[in-house]
Amino acid sequence: MDLPVFHLDFLGNRFLIAMIAVLHVIINHAMAVGAIPLIALMEWWGKKTGERRWDDLAYQILTVCFVITTTFGALTGVGIWFSTSLVNPYAIGSMIRVFFWAWFAEWIIFVSEVVLILLYYLLWKRWQGEWKRYHIALGGVLALTSWLTMAIIVAILGYMMDVGNWTHEKSIATAILNPIYLPQLAFRTPLAMMTAGFFSLFLTYFFTRKEDPFQSAAARWISLWSLGWAPLCLAGGIWYWKAVPDSMVGNLAVALGTQAFEGRYNVILDILLVSFLLALVTLLWSAVKPSRMPRFVLIIPFAVAIVSLGYFERVREFIRKPYVISGYMYANGIRVDDYPLLNQNGVLPYALYADAKEVTEENHLQAGKEVFLIACTRCHTTNGVNGILARLETMYGSDRWDRDTVLMYLKGMHNVRPYMPPFPGNNAELGALVDYLFSLRAYPAPIKGAQTADGSSIRAEKTYDDNTRG
Amino acid sequence: MESLSTLPIPKDIPLPLPVESYNLQISIIFLFLLHILFVNLMVGGSLFVVVLEWMGIQKPAYDRLARRIAETITVNKSLAVVLGVGPLLVINVLYTIHFYTANALTGVAWLMVVPVVAIAFLLGYAHKYTWDRLAHQKGLHIAIGAGAALLFLIVPLIFLANINLMLFPSRWTQVGGWVSALAIPNVIPRYLHFLLGSVAVAGLFFAGYFTVREFPEDQIDQLLDRPKVRQMFYSIALAATAANFLAGPLLLFTLPAEGLSWKLAGIISCGVVLAFIVILILWKEIIVPQQTSATRFYWMAALLTGTVVLMATGRHVYRESAISQHRLAMAGETLAYTSMVGIANWRISQGLEMEEGGGARSPGEKVFDNVCAVCHALDKRLVGPPLTEIAQTYPNDVAGIIKWVKNPGRKRADYPQMPAITLTESQHQAVAQYILDLVSGKGQEEEKEGE
Ligand code: HEC
Ligand code: HEC
Repeated sequence: MDLPVFHLDFLGNRFLIAMIAVLHVIINHAMAVGAIPLIALMEWWGKKTGERRWDDLAYQILTVCFVITTTFGALTGVGIWFSTSLVNPYAIGSMIRVFFWAWFAEWIIFVSEVVLILLYYLLWKRWQGEWKRYHIALGGVLALTSWLTMAIIVAILGYMMDVGNWTHEKSIATAILNPIYLPQLAFRTPLAMMTAGFFSLFLTYFFTRKEDPFQSAAARWISLWSLGWAPLCLAGGIWYWKAVPDSMVGNLAVALGTQAFEGRYNVILDILLVSFLLALVTLLWSAVKPSRMPRFVLIIPFAVAIVSLGYFERVREFIRKPYVISGYMYANGIRVDDYPLLNQNGVLPYALYADAKEVTEENHLQAGKEVFLIACTRCHTTNGVNGILARLETMYGSDRWDRDTVLMYLKGMHNVRPYMPPFPGNNAELGALVDYLFSLRAYPAPIKGAQTADGSSIRAEKTYDDNTRG
Repeated sequence: MESLSTLPIPKDIPLPLPVESYNLQISIIFLFLLHILFVNLMVGGSLFVVVLEWMGIQKPAYDRLARRIAETITVNKSLAVVLGVGPLLVINVLYTIHFYTANALTGVAWLMVVPVVAIAFLLGYAHKYTWDRLAHQKGLHIAIGAGAALLFLIVPLIFLANINLMLFPSRWTQVGGWVSALAIPNVIPRYLHFLLGSVAVAGLFFAGYFTVREFPEDQIDQLLDRPKVRQMFYSIALAATAANFLAGPLLLFTLPAEGLSWKLAGIISCGVVLAFIVILILWKEIIVPQQTSATRFYWMAALLTGTVVLMATGRHVYRESAISQHRLAMAGETLAYTSMVGIANWRISQGLEMEEGGGARSPGEKVFDNVCAVCHALDKRLVGPPLTEIAQTYPNDVAGIIKWVKNPGRKRADYPQMPAITLTESQHQAVAQYILDLVSGKGQEEEKEGE
C-alpha cells in the first residue's frame, strides 16, 4: 500500500509472471542444469571411445544451449525478478531481506556459471589433444555450478510455499531449511536431467543423418541417460507430492476446502502420470529400435517435458495461495499481522496513493476501485484473464446480482475459496467495493495501472462517477 | 528541497536490513563500477563495430577490425548482464521502496528490458556468425549489427530513468510511464554523459587490446597497422573525454538541487582533474605515436579508473543526500504504523475485539454464518438454493445433508457447482441441524435477513 500499483488489466499480473517463469524453468532445466552434465559426459565418451563424432555432436548441442541460455535463459531469470518486483513488490522486498546472503551467493555462482560457460564453449576447439582432459573437467565444474544455482533458488521457492519455523525464528537458516526444500530438490534434479535428454534426443535427429548408423548409437545412448534418471524422478516426485499437501493443510487456519484442491491434484496427477508413461514408452522405443523411430515422435517426450514443467510450476504457484509467503504475507501483499488493524480502520487510510482516504457518499465508487486495486488485482483483472466480471457472472448469472448477496460472499470468500485471502479492509470499504463492482458491470472500464500516463499511482480518472452514471 | 509535508512518505518493509547500511553503500559503488565497465565495452564496442564495418566497404581492413571487435562483444555482453545482477540486488535492499516505486511508475519499459536485451544478444550472435555468409549482402549484415547497437542504446535509458526517478519523491505523483520519467531535466544530460563515457572507455580499451594481443596470421593490414589502430582509438577516447567536459557541467546544472553539497563538488572536481591528466597523456600519444609506451597506457587506464570511481562515489553521495530527509520521515512513518499494528494484534489476543454479531452463537450457527451463508439464505436464491428448498428435499434428514456437503453432486442445471466442504464431524452435524431448525422455525428469534 506504500507503492503505486502496477497493473496489467488484460493479461493479468499472475499470468505475466507465470509466462516468464515457465519459460525460464524450461530453458534452465532442459538446456543448462540437465544439459551440461549430459554434454560433458558425451564429450568424455567421445574421448574414451576415440569416436570423433561424439565430440562433434556434443559441441553442436552445446551451441544451441549456449545461444539460448545466454540470451533468453539469462534474461528470463532477470525477468522473473523484474516482474515479481512489479507485481508483488512487498513479497520480493521482504524475501530479499531475509535471503540476502543466499541471493548474494546465488549471484556469485551465477557469475561463475556464465564465465565457465563462456570458457567451455569458446575454448572447445582450442583445448584439444593434451588439453581435452581439462576441458572435460571444465564441463564438470560448470555442471556443478549450474546445479548449485538451482539448488539455492529452490530453497527460496520452498520457503515461499512453507516457511516452516521462520515465523517464530526469523533467521536465514530456518528459512532455507524449510520442509519442502529437500523433496523439491530431489524431484527437480532428475527432472532436469531427464528433460535435457529429451531435448538432446530431439536435436540429435537434426544434427545427424538417418542413414548414418551413428544416429542410432547416439539416440540409444541419450535415451539410456534419460531412462536412467526416470526412477529417481519418480521417487523424488512422490516424496515431493507427499510433502506438499501436508504442510499446506497445516498452514491453513481453517481446514476447509482441501477437497477443492484434491480435485485439482487428481486431475493433474493423472495427466502427469499418463504423460510420464508416454515419454517412457518413447524413450524405450528409441533405446531399443532407434532406427525405426520417426523424427516427429520425438516431439512427444519433449512436449511432455515442457507441459509438465509448466504444470509443475503452476501447481507450485497455486497451492501457495492464499499466501505469497506462506503464513506471513497474503498474495495481495498484505501481511497476516496487518489484518486486525486494517479490518478495523480500513486499507484506504494507509494507502499512500489512494485519492479516497475514507468512504463517503460522493467518493464511494472511486474508493471501491482503489480497494479493488489493493485487494484483488494481484490475481484478478476487470475483464481479462481471471476477470472479476466473468467470475461474478458464473455465480450470479445475468439476473441474480444482488448487493447483499455479493457483499455476503466477499465477506466470507476466504472460507469458501481458501485460495483467496480474506478481505483486508473494513465494512464500509467492502460496501464500496461491491458498489464499484456493480458500476463496473454497468460500465466495464478497464483499470489502468500506475505505469500508464493517466493512471499514475492509483489516482484514477476524476470523471469516473460521471461516466458510470451517464 | 520541497517541504516534506507535500511529499508522499511511504512506510518501509518492516524487516531489518540484512547487512549494515554502510557496507552496502561501499559495495554498491564497486559492484556497480564492475558492471558499468562491461556495459561501456558492450555499448561502445557495438557502436565501433557498426561504424568500422561501414567504413570497411571502402577499405576491407576496417571490416576485419570490426570483426575482431565483434568477437569481444560475445564475452562483454554476457558479463555486463551477469555483473548487473549484484548491484541490482544491493539496490533492492538499500532503496527497496524508492526503487520499486520508480519501477512501478515505469513498469512497461522496465519489463521491456528483458526482451529487448535478449533480442539484442540474438542479433549480436546472428551478426557475428553470419559475417562470411552475408559477405555479399553487406547492407543487410550491417543492418543486423546496427539493430543490436540500437537496442543496446535504448536499455541504459530505461535503467537511467528508473534510478533517477527513485531519487525524487516529489515527482512520484506526477510521473506515469517511462516517457514522462525521461522528462525530468537531468535525464538526457546524464544519458549523454554516460554514452560519451562508454565511447571513451571502449576507445581506451581497444587501443590497449590491439596493442597487447597478437594476431600472427593476419596483420590487420599494411594500411592499418598496429600503431595506426592504436592512434585511432586514442583519438576516439580523447574526443569523447573532451566532449564530456561539456556534458558533465550540463549534467551538474540540470541536477535537481535536492542532493547538491560541497562534498559532492569536491569529489567531482578531483575526478575532473584526473580526467584532465588523461587528456594530456592521450594528446601526447597521438601527436608523437612513435614514442608510445605501454607504461603510459597503464597510467591512463589507472587514472581513468580513478575518475570513474570518483564520479560514481559522487553520484552515490548525491543519491544519499537527496533522499536522506525522506528516508528519515519514512522511518518515522514505519514505526508509527508497526506500533498500531502491534496494538491491534494485542487487542485481539486479549479478546478485546468482540467477534461480530456477539459471542452467543451456537456452533451450528457459526459454521453456517461463516461458510454456508455466503451462498445460502433462508428463503431466496443466492448462489445456491434457499434453505426452505433444502429442508423440503431433506426433511429431518441430517445425514442426507451431511452426505451432500461432503460430496456435493451436480443437480440443478442453472446453478453452479457447490464446492465440497470439509468440517469436523460435529460441525457437520451441527450445521445440518441448524439449517433444519431454522426452517422449521425453532431458530425463529435468530433469523436475520431473507425476508
Ligand atoms: C490470491 C489470489 C486472489 C486474490 C487476492 C483474490 N482472488 Fe478471487 N479468485 C482467485 C482465484 C484463483 C479464483 C478462481 C478462479 C478460477 O475458478 O479459475 C477466484 C475466484 C473469485 C470469484 C469467483 C468465486 C467462485 O466461487 O466461483 C470471485 C467472486 C472473486 N474471486 C472475487 C475476488 C475479490 C472481490 C477479490 C478482492 C477482494 C479477490 N477475489 C481476491 C484468486 C484471488
Ligand atoms: C460456494 C457457494 C456455496 C457454499 C459456500 C455452500 N453451498 Fe450448498 N449449494 C450451492 C449450490 C450452487 C447448490 C446447488 C447445486 C446443484 O444443485 O447442483 C447448493 C446446494 C446445496 C444443498 C442442496 C442439495 C440438494 O440435494 O438439493 C444443500 C443441502 C447444501 N447446498 C448445503 C450446504 C451447506 C450445509 C453449506 C455450508 C456448510 C453449503 N451448502 C455451502 C452453493 C454453495
